[in-house]
Amino acid sequence: MPEAFQVAIIGSGPAGLSAAARAAALGMSHVLIEKADHLSDTIFKYQKGKHVMATPSSLVLRSDIDFDAGKREFVLDTWNEQTDGHKVNVAYNAEIASITGEKGDFLLKTKSGTEFRAASVVVAIGTQGNPNLVRCPVGEGAVVQYQLDDPGEYIDEHIVVIGAGDAGIENAMGLASDPQQRNTVTIVNRSADFATAKAANVAALRAMEAEGRLIVRIETTASAIDKGEITLDTRDGEVKIPCDRVIARMGSAPPRAFVEGICAKFEEKDGKKAIVAGTGVQFTSPDRVAYPKLSPTFESTVPGVHVIGALAGYPLIKHCMNQGYDVIEFLNGNRDLKPADEPILAAKFARLPGNRSVDDWLAIFGQNILIFQDVSPLQLRELMLDSQVHAFAAGEVIFARNDTGSSMFAIAQGSVGVEVNPDDPSITVPIGQGSIFGEVGLISGRRRGATIRAAEPVVAIELSRTAALKLLATSPGASRAVTRISIERQLLQMFGSGLTSQDVAPLVDSAEVMQVRAGEVVIAEGGDDKDVFIVRRGSMIVEKQIGGRQVFLSYLPAGSYFGEMAVIDGAPRSASVKAAIKSEIIRLPGDGFMALLASNPKLRERALSDMASRREVNAFVESRKNSFGSAVDMYSETAQFLVDNGIGEATDVLLIDEKLCVGCDNCEKACADSHDGLSRLDREAGRTWAHLHVPTSCRHCEHPHCMADCPPDAIRRGPDGEVFIDETCIGCGNCQRNCPYGVIRMDARPPAKPSLIQWLLFGRGPGPGEAPYAWRKKAAEAEGVERPKVAIKCDMCAGIEGGPACVRACPTGAAIRVAPEKFLSIARLESVE
Amino acid sequence: MASLPENDTDFHAARRASDHESFLVHRRMRWAKVAGALCLSAFLGYFLIDQQPRPNGGSWYGYTLGTIGLGLIVWLSLLGVRKRNMSEGRWSLKAWTSAHVYLGLSLIVIGTLHTGFQLGWNVHTLAWALMMLVIVSGLYGVAVYVLLPGQLSANRKETTRAQMIAALAAIDRQLKHAAQPLGREQSDLVIAALEQDVFGGGAWARLTGRYPNCATRRALCGLPDDFRTMADNTGPEERVRVLLRRRDAQLGQIRRHLRLKALLEVWLFVHIPATIALLAALFAHVTSVFYYW
Repeated sequence: MPEAFQVAIIGSGPAGLSAAARAAALGMSHVLIEKADHLSDTIFKYQKGKHVMATPSSLVLRSDIDFDAGKREFVLDTWNEQTDGHKVNVAYNAEIASITGEKGDFLLKTKSGTEFRAASVVVAIGTQGNPNLVRCPVGEGAVVQYQLDDPGEYIDEHIVVIGAGDAGIENAMGLASDPQQRNTVTIVNRSADFATAKAANVAALRAMEAEGRLIVRIETTASAIDKGEITLDTRDGEVKIPCDRVIARMGSAPPRAFVEGICAKFEEKDGKKAIVAGTGVQFTSPDRVAYPKLSPTFESTVPGVHVIGALAGYPLIKHCMNQGYDVIEFLNGNRDLKPADEPILAAKFARLPGNRSVDDWLAIFGQNILIFQDVSPLQLRELMLDSQVHAFAAGEVIFARNDTGSSMFAIAQGSVGVEVNPDDPSITVPIGQGSIFGEVGLISGRRRGATIRAAEPVVAIELSRTAALKLLATSPGASRAVTRISIERQLLQMFGSGLTSQDVAPLVDSAEVMQVRAGEVVIAEGGDDKDVFIVRRGSMIVEKQIGGRQVFLSYLPAGSYFGEMAVIDGAPRSASVKAAIKSEIIRLPGDGFMALLASNPKLRERALSDMASRREVNAFVESRKNSFGSAVDMYSETAQFLVDNGIGEATDVLLIDEKLCVGCDNCEKACADSHDGLSRLDREAGRTWAHLHVPTSCRHCEHPHCMADCPPDAIRRGPDGEVFIDETCIGCGNCQRNCPYGVIRMDARPPAKPSLIQWLLFGRGPGPGEAPYAWRKKAAEAEGVERPKVAIKCDMCAGIEGGPACVRACPTGAAIRVAPEKFLSIARLESVE
Repeated sequence: MASLPENDTDFHAARRASDHESFLVHRRMRWAKVAGALCLSAFLGYFLIDQQPRPNGGSWYGYTLGTIGLGLIVWLSLLGVRKRNMSEGRWSLKAWTSAHVYLGLSLIVIGTLHTGFQLGWNVHTLAWALMMLVIVSGLYGVAVYVLLPGQLSANRKETTRAQMIAALAAIDRQLKHAAQPLGREQSDLVIAALEQDVFGGGAWARLTGRYPNCATRRALCGLPDDFRTMADNTGPEERVRVLLRRRDAQLGQIRRHLRLKALLEVWLFVHIPATIALLAALFAHVTSVFYYW
């Protein structure tokens, strides 16, 4: 029978470490269980010398362990030293495989069979996960490893790398790069192509294969690994090759399954082991981004099991450390402990009228606001940290039409009016207490559609995009409410003034949100289906079959509606509509739409006149098909090229006409000189079609991929629609990895250059444009200040008078920045004529 | 078929151009019109105003033309500063280039009328001649800016300069490996190709794109296809031949790229020094005129 601890803490990252140190300081019997042979594995695996940042700076650190921004080594040394100093009881090399039992008596078993007993469990294992293991039998004495620290370590070996993602390819190339090592390197890929790896890595791998420096085996899996030999299952049968070492890089499994299995009951379901519903640690939703359901004291749905840190939804080091401290205080019976963010919330709420306490306000928000109704107090607190609270006087503008903003507002007290007609601000539609507004900007990523004014004194919460998306992903109730409201609003906005929510209610009830894949056809030309669609997010392209060819007619960004022509005139579909990128559309049944038109003669008239102008365009294209066939082809193919290159999700893109570009790179120089001496665009790189070049430069996507996983939430959308990174960037590189267009670079801001005059007259400094790396390095050393590498990307020259520097600095007119729907309009075709 | 949300397009239209427009036709050729009007009025003035004793840089009309010309030359030379000084503001370098081209051309008329066609072997005529040299070199520049970018783009085929060099390096590595089994004579040819400075050959080779001493070509000639041994076309020789052909093609692309870039830039080596010389000559011209007033 193993010794029973008061608390067992799993994972020695910032959260676990801080919890263990607190437990040690309080004299609680504890054990800190770490799977690796060192503390804090995630930070341990950072590259040498990486600068670890300490954001948010406003949050005070409450922990027995110190932490301040600095180099990785400094941070780890401090933690190692202080862990020893606090006499923390650490069990290394112990990976927990299962947790069973109940509050007061949990049994934790490791993979190697060691057991721990504890009254409470704190799970602080982060989100890094564990590497996927090889599934084939591994014989005695065979070497299988899941990480490669130094490729230079191995000589004269036969090495097989399993898994052809980026990690596997980079490892294989590293092992084969120096012929002096005389390694025979084989990389094994299960499929025929390298779908998960970067194109540049695949090209480099293929080049090395062509040089005979390593062997690439596709459509191959390992079927047995033995000492000195591996058996491979290939397309042509079984092959045995010599193998001294296997390096398996097959991705990692997120820790969610492990967490869900804690204290769960299992049953057989379709021959598989499944968790009995209602047991184990439950998550708020099946969504990938969901977090475990937690009480204000971090207790999960299994009493006695607590979840903190990144796994609980707090990716920043300071948050984690504070939670480690707090959870142990709670376990020790301290019920009055206010969370460390209390002063931040107090400062936020101080601007609200009525002089209420933080708890009072949280109670009001939770009670009054529809979408917060099934949100836990802990979640609400977290939401508030990412949000702003505002008090508006009656008549004050909350946001104006055409402002950019992807935040969503919730009305805690009071009501607002929506100015539905831009020409007549006196016509307003009210939105009452408890409801929300601004959700269209959040969902479609586009500009505000109408001006909103406070109708009476208003207390409103502005949820940042990240906070709002987190809420929608974790609270199904909030998600349903927002969907319904947004459909209704989109209908009202689409049909202009004169309609009320009662008018559209039947249509809203019958509306259906649909997901469409890129390239999926929503409406087929000639079809006789009769539904109307609204683009909720993403974008569509309209094509028409003319003279045996698909001719591109137009590009529909989010917020457009289509399909109403066939409904009104009863004719077959006159053109095809398909998704340019993965999109979300709202399907409205045609008869409901007709009923709405029938009861609103004014609306019917407007729809008919809209339709007439579109018929004209169709007729125009049709009539010219013989006279400018090649121009139409050119236009269609250009449009297709742009859509293939991700323009379908762009809001603003840099396009270079290579018939005008002389390659002077003044655009890059201007970019560097306008932004801290680093260029944010690569003119030469990128795709080209018919002299139209899409350089490597940010397109300011409607739903930016880079925003998806930013720990300090430093990436936001600015007032001109630009997606920018603010100074709270911690340099983690997530955005760079997430950007499919490769437009984000990680670099340290260089010191200022000598002025242009000094360069012109005396040749001092590197001259206009980005200084060469050597100069930057030397200047930074001379300056003596450590500058961390941070993420750098285009901000569309926000705040710089005159607009984007790349465009202003182009001497020939080759460079323009343009919204895709503007560039892909039929007007271009008319001008070709 | 569909309705767009109106707000976005309106917003962008108000802010900036949505289509590519060359500096030559910038704003419906605004600066061509301005320059044309300037030339026309200079001509009219020249023929209508009775200049005594004869048209001359020293008459009041001559001084007027001279002052306009001097002002234009100084302003035109400031394009070099404007281009490098990335300040804020609603300027566009394209508008500057457009004005630079057309106003620069108008100097042919203004400067020449200013001389009153009194040319000789003196510092004044030197200034005029330098001005004409600058303008002629500039005309070449305009011509290549119109003609060559399309070729540059077509030759590049989506690869960057760095990628072209990397591709060459990759071929070279393979070639080195593949040439190991070759005989002495043939491997010497490959070694010579690999060791040659492939872009050497001076300014002439760069501008014409002709590299008569290309060792890669020579190596290809030294390893001719032997059609009698068709059966053995997978041997080491054939491998080397394929790689040499690829190297030749890759070199061709890089050399064409360098040639086009050189043609796009070579005129600046005349245009800019001549501008500086012109400014010096103008200084001498103006000083001497006032000195001998």
